[in-house]
Amino acid sequence: MSELSVNHLLGIKYLNKQDIQLIFETADHFKEVINRPIKKVPSLRDITIANLFFENSTRTKLSFELAEKRLSADVINFSAGQSSVKKGETLIDTVNNILSMKVDMVVMRHPNPGAGVFLSKHVNASIVNAGDGAHEHPTQALLDSYSIRERLGSVKGKNVVIVGDILHSRVALSNIYALQLQGANVMVCGPKTLIPKYIDKLGVKVETDLRKALKWCDVANMLRVQNERMDISYFPSTREYTQQFGVSKTLLDSLDKEITIMHPGPINRGVEITSDVADSKQAIILDQVQNGVAIRMAVIYLLASKIKQ
Amino acid sequence: MSQKVLLNATEVNIILHRLACQLIEKHTDFSETVLVGLQPRGKYLAQRIAKILKEDYKIKDLKLGLLDITFYRDDFRRSEKPLEANTTEISFIVEEKNVVFIDDVLYTGRSIRAALTAIQSFGRPKEIELLTLIDRRFSRHLPIQPNFRGRQVDAINKEKVIVQWQEQGEEDAVYLINN
Repeated sequence: MSELSVNHLLGIKYLNKQDIQLIFETADHFKEVINRPIKKVPSLRDITIANLFFENSTRTKLSFELAEKRLSADVINFSAGQSSVKKGETLIDTVNNILSMKVDMVVMRHPNPGAGVFLSKHVNASIVNAGDGAHEHPTQALLDSYSIRERLGSVKGKNVVIVGDILHSRVALSNIYALQLQGANVMVCGPKTLIPKYIDKLGVKVETDLRKALKWCDVANMLRVQNERMDISYFPSTREYTQQFGVSKTLLDSLDKEITIMHPGPINRGVEITSDVADSKQAIILDQVQNGVAIRMAVIYLLASKIKQ
Repeated sequence: MSQKVLLNATEVNIILHRLACQLIEKHTDFSETVLVGLQPRGKYLAQRIAKILKEDYKIKDLKLGLLDITFYRDDFRRSEKPLEANTTEISFIVEEKNVVFIDDVLYTGRSIRAALTAIQSFGRPKEIELLTLIDRRFSRHLPIQPNFRGRQVDAINKEKVIVQWQEQGEEDAVYLINN
């Protein structure tokens, strides 16, 4: 098996176990490439990729752009803020206009869940979902699993807790799918108001006591509190949230084992995790960032190999 | 399908020793020379020659790397089969070194072209040479010739040359297969 079963990366939901395995194995090769003195390969020199960001992003956009450039693809960038979207152009029109300039692949972040799936049905290009509303963020979940595999040897059988704002998080949903596909046990932990009502239907454990969750897990993935997506108050105050769901070094040291701490960034230091945790050896936050480039190179390379000439 | 033995285990062994001696003749103590096996098929040949140099000819501090050329190939999106990558293991910088590429069969020369590009990611070599066990004459697409060759073979395009190594489970041999 050396080909993906899909032509687009719209979500982890559409992938199978072999796809994830192939992406990881390919990412291993790219990780070696990006640690060379010259960190670039010419594979995608005849591919043009458009990065369409209809929602703000810093690290995902940088990571995708770097991955594309390391593969020698031609890259064009588009941010909704400076575009005709504001003038009333529809998504399909915007994308078809860009595609008529001979673009082969679209990396898109969009505030509406399902935007990538919608687009894949209407335009002739390979689509990579870089986050669609509170739905999925597949490359983040892939790099999270890849980082767990790198730190702990494998994902299978590991206990992973996702802590924080599960309700507004696309990272959480993609991670749940990805981890379960690889045979990990998944728990979500956070204030009841930020945990979707029927999440147990996905086969995940639900816990509202952080200490119990940390005792159970091998890995804790700390999510950011997404204030920008909250139209009402889901918890009384940030201070109270931190007291109940923030991870401090004292809390970690009181456990009888050393767990791995992850964070998709950007970190609110002193809210989800304290600074000494973020900078400790237990945290693999910066490894996640480096792995993000390798994973995105692998995804783009594998999808591009399916674009017929 | 017919199959002809081009080289048996004894012949392969004699040729490997000859190639090792030719390398010593040119590179003496290998202080400024590195061997680079091209993945996937050149790996066994490179490891075998390195072993002979170290054990039989007492060459110390021999540097051997493995280079994968998948991401540098010119048939990405053009070949029927998806291209599968292999590991690259080069733990040294090739800047100002004499590099010897090692591959089992030289056919169209396209892999070597890709390797010439790939190696640049590890520095600017002083010189690059090519060692192959089998040189298929009359089938080159590019102006590339080996500096050290085990055996020259005149095979037509329909025919395949297969090199089999004991590391893969069977004894050393080179076959000419006609489909």
